[in-house]
Amino acid sequence: MITKEQKELARWAMQYALKKGCQQCRVGIYSGSETSFEVRDTQLDKLQQATENQMVIYLFVDGRYGSISTNRMERRELEKFISDGITSVRFLAEDPARKLPDPSLYFSGSEASLALYDPNFGSISADEKLKLAKAAAAEIYGQDSRLISVSSGYGDNESFAYIIASNGFEGESATSSFGVSVSASVKADGDARPESYWYDETLTWADLQKQGVGKKALERALRKIGQKKIQSGKFQMLVENTAVRTIISPIISAINGSSIQQKNSFLLDKIGQKVVSEKMTLIDNPLMPKALGAKCFDREGIATKKRNVFENGVLKTYYIDSYIANKLNVAPTTGSPSLLYFDNGSYSQQELIGKMTKGIFVTGFNGGNCNSSTGNFSYGIEGFLVENGELKQPVSEMNITGNMLGMWSNLAEIGNDALKSSSWQLPSLLFDAVDFSGL
Amino acid sequence: MLAGAALIPGAAILESFSPKALTLQWVLDHFKVTESDLRKIMAIALENGGDYADIFFEHTLDNMLVLRDGKVNSTSSNIDFGVGIRVIKGDQTGYAYTENVTLLDMIKAARTAAKIANGMAGVKASVIKEYTLKKNYYSVISSWEETGVKLKKPFLEKINDRIFSLDKRVSRVIVSQTDTTSYILFFNSDGVMMHDYRPMGTLGATCIMEQNGQIENGRSARSFRMGAEFLTDDLVETISQETVKQTALMFEAIKPKGGEMPVVMGAGGSGILLHEAIGHAFEADFNRKNTSIFSDKLGKKVCDSSISVLDDGTIPFNRGAVNMDDEGVLGQKTYIIKDGILNSYLHDRISAKHYGVAPTGNGRRQSFRFTPIPRMRATYMENGSAHEEDLIASVKNGIYVDNFTNGQVQIGAGDFTFFVKSGRLIENGKLSHPIKDINIIGNGPKALADITMVANNYKMDNGTWTCGKDGQSCPVTCGMPSVLVSKLTVGGE
Repeated sequence: MITKEQKELARWAMQYALKKGCQQCRVGIYSGSETSFEVRDTQLDKLQQATENQMVIYLFVDGRYGSISTNRMERRELEKFISDGITSVRFLAEDPARKLPDPSLYFSGSEASLALYDPNFGSISADEKLKLAKAAAAEIYGQDSRLISVSSGYGDNESFAYIIASNGFEGESATSSFGVSVSASVKADGDARPESYWYDETLTWADLQKQGVGKKALERALRKIGQKKIQSGKFQMLVENTAVRTIISPIISAINGSSIQQKNSFLLDKIGQKVVSEKMTLIDNPLMPKALGAKCFDREGIATKKRNVFENGVLKTYYIDSYIANKLNVAPTTGSPSLLYFDNGSYSQQELIGKMTKGIFVTGFNGGNCNSSTGNFSYGIEGFLVENGELKQPVSEMNITGNMLGMWSNLAEIGNDALKSSSWQLPSLLFDAVDFSGL
Repeated sequence: MLAGAALIPGAAILESFSPKALTLQWVLDHFKVTESDLRKIMAIALENGGDYADIFFEHTLDNMLVLRDGKVNSTSSNIDFGVGIRVIKGDQTGYAYTENVTLLDMIKAARTAAKIANGMAGVKASVIKEYTLKKNYYSVISSWEETGVKLKKPFLEKINDRIFSLDKRVSRVIVSQTDTTSYILFFNSDGVMMHDYRPMGTLGATCIMEQNGQIENGRSARSFRMGAEFLTDDLVETISQETVKQTALMFEAIKPKGGEMPVVMGAGGSGILLHEAIGHAFEADFNRKNTSIFSDKLGKKVCDSSISVLDDGTIPFNRGAVNMDDEGVLGQKTYIIKDGILNSYLHDRISAKHYGVAPTGNGRRQSFRFTPIPRMRATYMENGSAHEEDLIASVKNGIYVDNFTNGQVQIGAGDFTFFVKSGRLIENGKLSHPIKDINIIGNGPKALADITMVANNYKMDNGTWTCGKDGQSCPVTCGMPSVLVSKLTVGGE
């Protein structure tokens, strides 16, 4: 938890900055601790423990702006750091858009209702944690002659934040997370050693998957044996829930206020327009209790709320923090997404595969990028060739290439398998007519 | 609980200094430790029977300055300070770090790290010897700590003005300048005591252009381990010209038709091929764990005998240079491939011990919060004898690529990719239409074996390359002469 002393230090730093010439100031104190165990085959490979702290101070000086951060909490050092920071800021050009948010937007209340912190965090013993990491690897170690190497890991962390702003905001948050992961390497044809992994991540120890993670990792690695590339062509593409983040990230970047303000976005001036398939209703709900990524206020203290990002293919919002809002002369929303999900998924992954006549079930992306101005993209992929609803052949070393708006306009079906172990709870998605290049 | 937050009454203040005065005593004083403290901590680290232990102190200062919408209007600074204590038993690692360098906090961290071993103390720490760096690959004329916003700001403004003056289609420019200064003190159970002062400067610009309703963006940046003398008018001109040229080219460029084809990789940034296709796969941790596609290839021929590939920490002022790595091994030059034969993996201390060889100075870490692991430095291929024109002339239908944004590799399967920001089609042995925004994918061992021609125009790419592995970022560089790869899979429609 954030201690009384830390809160006092934050208030002192804010007062000091105001005294030294800031007209407005925001101070955040972040602290946390983490433990991790890594196991290779049957043996503990690495253990790590740490606690850490950081103070971030946002300085608004004579219409100018800068920020400073440090993990040194000694007052005399902070005094020098703050004074030097203010001196630096004074050399900058004025920027009237830089000011604290309107206090009416601030969150007031308690984030405790979201239950993001496991009260049992401190009571789970190191032995129990190590046992879990070892058990995850032991599930598969020695179970298959093709298995070359197993690595498993257990990690947890607790993180606390306390933010105050000179125009009246005070907010506090506490989150915990627990994770277990296994990666498996298997022998394939020639020198190839395909690898895959599986993991679970939760906010509470009780919810963490304690069995089956290793088995799933091995199963995912074994099914890659025999990967090859196939003839280039335009096919259906089913993207597995674990991989969808790669292709939705460019859409989220394109509706980021900074990209919009810089006119560097393929979704510029598109609010209220149907820009992608009507199947796409994407929701951001930061207020979902007991969920990764949930929060009551953003890093500026602005209260979060549920909003539709796309509604039946129509773009509904940009992510606009108070700086960009002042620049664009619009109302702020919030600076970034918290907890994204699709509204209307109705098919299991197996049912989606069943709907494919010829296509590729993409289980992972390998590199690639998207042009933020135009939406043109190209990504490496691996997965499986699907014909008439059946997996026929593992594939790899191929690319998909196209335009984001074109691809998302071809969104055909949405899975009901939203990934709960991530803050973006994305499901498997089926697209029509994607360009694959291989042989 | 919150060990790191302690508000120590009377703890002395950190002060900046001029790097010319850097002595071991100064660094010890800077971190408020004595040799006697270090010996105490070391004894505790080894009390459960660890084979080896090390203590890594770091104090890093980062500054960033941004120009946006025509004005230098935001700045940020960060201080990171702490010590990491590592204990090794066989291949196993115990690690803990603390942000407070009081003896009490360091002893607590040493006890945590010591838990990796569970026996009696065996190894005793050797007598402390100060090892001085053989060479300083990044001596500084003007330290960043003595260089305020006032001095840096004009360079950002000049880039902005120059970019707008070069092309009427420019609508937006963002310029950013960052600098980092790190003080490192290292001590290990072999008695090695070393210190390093690591500067880094970067300057980069992004511009947006509009033409008939179409928007395009382009970027250029440079990074060196240098002090503030890094900022020059020549650099301003280079970055401005490149940014504009890169962006303007995008309006003409097309996507090629995809599929397998020969690819001529232009000198410089094409070194990303080495980094992704073979560099990572040669990092010894993957091989020690038997998970690299090159795990059984040491001493074997992996490509044409005209090819030699190095990973080098000794290039003066290079972003990937290391006077010493992050586990007290001197910076050095390592042939990964010598005359077509896999010559050496890239080792940290753990993998070197595992393989019974000397560490290669590749044990690097993002900060004291992380354990060192094998990482690349500056990775490049030596010159061949062909001319670039001959490479291009030998291709009937293919592409020429010379500008990249990012890459990735799957260590075990060997599939690697890199994203091509721009290049050209090759038609009947001649460069033709510009191309853009395509991914190229290949398989490491195959691609290496498919390098059929190497030109004599080696170039280092001094952009802001940052390599990510196991959640840690490290500054690196890459370079290459132009090469012909006879077959890679090119994205396209």
